[in-house]
Amino acid sequence: MRAADPPTEPAGTGWPSRLHVVTGKGGTGKTSVAAALALALAAGGRRTLLVEVEGRQGIAQLFGTDPLPYEERHLTDAPGGGEVRALAVDAEEALLEYLDMFYKLGAAGRALRKLGAIDFATTIAPGLRDVLLTGKVKEATTRTSGQRRTYDAVVLDAPPTGRIGRFLNVTAETARLAKVGPIKTQSEGVAALLRSPMTAVHVVTLLEEMPVQETVDAIAELTQLGFGVGRVIVNGTRPPVPAGREVTQAELKRGLLAAGLPADRATVAGLAEEARDQQVRRELEDSLRADLVELGLPMTELPLLPDGVDRAGLETLAELLGRAD
Amino acid sequence: MPSEDAAPRLDVDQILADPGVRIVVCCGAGGVGKTTTAAALALRAAEQHGRRTVVLTIDPARRLAQSLGLTELDNTPRRVKGIDVEASGGELHAMMLDMKRTFDDVVLQHTDPAKAAEIFANPFYQAMSSTFAGTQEYMAMEKLGQLHARGEWDLIVVDTPPSRSALDFLDAPARLSRFLDGRMLRLLLAPARTGGRSMFSFVTASFGMFSKVVQKVLGAQLLTDLSGFVAALDSMFGGFRQRAEQTYRILQARETAFLLVAAPESDAVREAAYFAGRLHEERMPLAGLVLNRVHRPVVRLDAAESLAAADRLVELGGHAATVDVLRAHAALARQAVREQQVAARFTEAFPTVPAVSVTAQPADVHDVDGLRTIGAAISRP
Repeated sequence: MRAADPPTEPAGTGWPSRLHVVTGKGGTGKTSVAAALALALAAGGRRTLLVEVEGRQGIAQLFGTDPLPYEERHLTDAPGGGEVRALAVDAEEALLEYLDMFYKLGAAGRALRKLGAIDFATTIAPGLRDVLLTGKVKEATTRTSGQRRTYDAVVLDAPPTGRIGRFLNVTAETARLAKVGPIKTQSEGVAALLRSPMTAVHVVTLLEEMPVQETVDAIAELTQLGFGVGRVIVNGTRPPVPAGREVTQAELKRGLLAAGLPADRATVAGLAEEARDQQVRRELEDSLRADLVELGLPMTELPLLPDGVDRAGLETLAELLGRAD
Repeated sequence: MPSEDAAPRLDVDQILADPGVRIVVCCGAGGVGKTTTAAALALRAAEQHGRRTVVLTIDPARRLAQSLGLTELDNTPRRVKGIDVEASGGELHAMMLDMKRTFDDVVLQHTDPAKAAEIFANPFYQAMSSTFAGTQEYMAMEKLGQLHARGEWDLIVVDTPPSRSALDFLDAPARLSRFLDGRMLRLLLAPARTGGRSMFSFVTASFGMFSKVVQKVLGAQLLTDLSGFVAALDSMFGGFRQRAEQTYRILQARETAFLLVAAPESDAVREAAYFAGRLHEERMPLAGLVLNRVHRPVVRLDAAESLAAADRLVELGGHAATVDVLRAHAALARQAVREQQVAARFTEAFPTVPAVSVTAQPADVHDVDGLRTIGAAISRP
């Protein structure tokens, strides 16, 4: 379906950019967050594009659809008449498309593929692969149809924190190899978009030491490379547990009896142990949260979804992300 | 509710103690505690089973690396001090993979210093040795092969790179050696060999087109660099493939045990299942699944009952602390049920693969004591 009229409400004030690059350490749920953000930004009659670049088919798995082709497809409707489309960018396809656009290759392109040339070209120069992937993302972000931009926002499910700097820093990687020519021009165009206010990199983390450390490191690296960091998104946060003081076993026993539950020693001691563990965890999480706050960036917390990330869960996350300011 | 005992229990002590097992490979998706698991198993092999053990880590968290005494990336095993091996007589050594240096060493081994210097100066080599997708996997295999060839270790525990997919560990080395050995490189190499004027002496229609396009898109300078790189690497082609194949055969041997590491999350379990399927196809010995970060309530009180009791207390008034404890327990119980359902997807697909669940630690692990606790938890869940 088409998102017909321009939406009446402005997009969430917390998401001023047009291209949203979502990164995070493996296992932090960056694909789910990217999908929820695409849903959130499509709400109210907008159209967004959700893009993946690593050939993982994470979007298809999340939405339970067939593997995504290298083609912008309707993925799902968003609340209020919006639409999310999805695209899995493949470096080989992107190169063929690119060659076709500039050199009118046609059948020769297919012959090149048969010869292994495309695989070769994208393999020998990893920077080339990245510039093709980000180049396609740039094209979709800046494309217009009629008077309007085709997409109100593009959300990129990007490589993880360990690789994000290199992935986005396309000019440095290709400049090493291609000193002149269209690849150089192309990478400069991509770099200009990625470093403009049109683009924001968001980092997804959990309240665990390694993801938080990688978040801090990645933000330092991105900032140093001149990329604009948007938000820190803290995923999988748990509801508050008894804070500040330890519950005594006597207190717990009285409570359990009042609630009509078994209050034998094992139960009381077991629940007290659980509460203690959660307390330890909670204190660690608080100190990690403080480290994140110190970054001085806008921060959004998303809850751990007890039933996993299903469609309803995605909508919950989307709603929370949409409220960010 | 799926039972946790659906799969046979994985006995890691039996693996670590078995003198016939010389290599343990820990693989799985990123963010599942692979490095920590590898380090914990290696420590246990040294302390409990008296084995002279080396753990090869790829990209350890800073504090974990420090706890193993790995303050610099020097690409050689360093003995880990301050561990408890007096009774067992074992040893633990640890090293961090330096991808570029390992690649440099391979080059040095296969060619003379002058040629090597030429290769090191080539921009393609520089790009490839530091950023090539697959170089890290290839070099991890290469390093494993080197450690194994030296024959001085009872047990080598390998952590695998945090790849896009766990399968990259199996696929990337073959891809790299196929690439270095491949048809395209030979085509590109042809003029350098013959000293011909044209880059491409084969003038088939598509190849002429290829040459034109490559020159147009990438520029002539790049082709010169590439051709220089290829020519310089020429002497090493056979070496690359041979080494990758050798390590591959070691991985198929009975002396190797693959451990899949996962967390009870859909993506991680799916990756583990893919990998189990692949290991089976490649006839590589899968020893079992280590399921990390499993939440297990101490008390058997189901979530609904716990929440209902909390609600009753709220109505009664008072007992605020107990209400909090019951709600926290309900969240934990609910999470545990969900995790079991996710984990069951693996055990249903691979019912004969032994598995062990490791309870989530309240705090993160970054010292030897923490590793010891994890090692014990893997062994006695």
